[in-house]
Amino acid sequence: METARKFINMFSTVPVLGWMLGFFTAVLIEYYWGYDYISYYLGLPKIPVLFGTLVMLKNPMMIPGVVGYDLIVYVIPILLIAKLSTFFTNPIAVILEKTPLWVSSIVHLILFYGVLHLWAGINDYRVLVVKLTLISIILTISINVINGYQGEFSCSHPGFMAIGAYVSSIITLYFFVSDKTFGAAVLSPVLGPWLFPFALLAGGLAAALGSLLVAIPSFRTRGDYLAIISLAFMFIVKSAIENLNVIGGARGMGGQPDYAPLPIIFIWTMLCIWVVHNFVTSIMGKALNAVRDDEAASESMTVKTRKTKMTAFMFGAFWAGIAGGLFAHVLTYINPGMFSINRLAEILAMVYFGGLNSIVGSIVGAVTINILGEALRPLELFKWIIIPLILIFVMIFRPYGLISFKEINAKRLLRSRHKKEQGA
Amino acid sequence: MSALLNVNKMTHYFGGLRAVHNYNLNIEPLQITGLIGPNGAGKTTIFNLITGVYTPTEGSITLDNENIKGLETNEIASKGLGRTFQNLALWRHMNVLDHVKMAHYSQLSYGLVGSFFNTPKCRRQESKATENSYRLLELFDIKQHADQLVTSLPYGAQRRVEMARAMATNPKILFLDEPTAGMTPDELVQMIKIIRQVHQDFKVAIFLIEHRMKFVMELCQHIQTLVFGELIAEGPPEEIQNNPQVIEAYLGKEDVT
Repeated sequence: METARKFINMFSTVPVLGWMLGFFTAVLIEYYWGYDYISYYLGLPKIPVLFGTLVMLKNPMMIPGVVGYDLIVYVIPILLIAKLSTFFTNPIAVILEKTPLWVSSIVHLILFYGVLHLWAGINDYRVLVVKLTLISIILTISINVINGYQGEFSCSHPGFMAIGAYVSSIITLYFFVSDKTFGAAVLSPVLGPWLFPFALLAGGLAAALGSLLVAIPSFRTRGDYLAIISLAFMFIVKSAIENLNVIGGARGMGGQPDYAPLPIIFIWTMLCIWVVHNFVTSIMGKALNAVRDDEAASESMTVKTRKTKMTAFMFGAFWAGIAGGLFAHVLTYINPGMFSINRLAEILAMVYFGGLNSIVGSIVGAVTINILGEALRPLELFKWIIIPLILIFVMIFRPYGLISFKEINAKRLLRSRHKKEQGA
Repeated sequence: MSALLNVNKMTHYFGGLRAVHNYNLNIEPLQITGLIGPNGAGKTTIFNLITGVYTPTEGSITLDNENIKGLETNEIASKGLGRTFQNLALWRHMNVLDHVKMAHYSQLSYGLVGSFFNTPKCRRQESKATENSYRLLELFDIKQHADQLVTSLPYGAQRRVEMARAMATNPKILFLDEPTAGMTPDELVQMIKIIRQVHQDFKVAIFLIEHRMKFVMELCQHIQTLVFGELIAEGPPEEIQNNPQVIEAYLGKEDVT
């Protein structure tokens, strides 16, 4: 225990920049030597996609090779470079600290994206996993607005997502694609990627409008009853789409243009985090918490509780719609079955695992459950035993989720760390 | 009709039960009025009727000669009617500073879009609210708890948070629902001091419900006694203290043999 703490303390002087540099080195090592040398000599068939978990579970004989690969490519270079580079990453962090926070945040984000792009670019499967994870982050944050900040147990998120996905798909298919359903493209397909944000926004707004069906009953009921209403909403959306043959019915709708490459999704995710963070740290957003904790007191303190509830639902649904739109354009095919009870279970698992009332928690939850879901894929059925078990344990030890009631403090995160912190 | 708050012939039924009957109230600016009565007399119901939690079946309520009957609670509150609750109604996941900041809600005009994009206007108003909140926290002697969760504070401090929060709404009249419930004698003396201070510093009228006679007699200039939803006596403290009907309501009737 003591040695472990000492070991961790060694790295308390590493700023975020240092970790990114370490990761960058790891990516470079993987990129140049990963296939030709490292995995070849360790007897691995190819570069392990998700840190080798897939290979490990398929063939236990590969475990030593995979562990060796992870050590050589990731663990050792990251720790080494992060620690050794502090002599120049810290001064750079100091310079960035003197700039306005938004400048420093954007610089960090661009660097982070660069590294992520390189890492994901090594194969297509990784790109897809990263894309879906980013979309999950938007989804989790958006449901956290309703279930965490507003404290209503809403089950209608897949419904909101479906509305967003279908509306934005219909718009892009109608305007920019010549296909059987909607005929020839109305506008030049060249314009497509540029007008795609508007299609997404339309999807989001449609979802927000749909959410009123759940928001208005929430004025009078809460808890279990609202949960049932929201569940009903999800099924209404699903069956409505199944019975609308114009948009493919139960067969689904395909052929969406691939307007959602990694950078676009990354930008939307960061935008979502930024906007939601601004909202929940303002008095307007904290009104959500006030209404959740004591509605009568909020009313007496001049808070418009109805408006607040409506805002929470519409705002959450809006981002779920955006996530749905991106989702549709990543998979380029959607059907109503995708937005059903399984999706709901996944979303709820992510938000409750990560932590209520916290954006950081949502990010952690979304990333963990997504990566776990992918990594444990070879276990097939057992995956759905292991993930719920983990969830149960988290609930026992941390009833509000891993990281709850905590907001991002960008300034603290990005600070330079010259001196060793006491007891850090 | 120069009264700040005027309630005229207010009657309210819960289903078939008549909870309040022909209730009248006049509060002048700067006046401290007390409402006493045995348990179940309908005191809190009267608070809830005036503050808009329920809408009275009959009667009129005006604040500054403006009708407030039938408005939503938050509208009435932003017109200048602050209140505290009998059983503390604090937001348990929120820290003390946020409590007081939250009560500035109706004074904000940056709107949702402002809060989404953290516009300069939003930042300006938020920092003004923060500044004002710190001033109030200092006044109520809870500044040292500013970033603690309310649930971790001692009871007396929680009561003060509620008062500070109510004062942040800029009330003209402050409604206090049993401000000393569950307090030790020391805390009681402190509470009297605080209420006096609020009264002087903020120039508000105060309307309070209380059980402890000592407290009411010391603070109030005007006292109303409510029994079974009806006023049985009204007047200055000395008069109420010696009113046979009030004594009867509290102590019971003497057997006449």
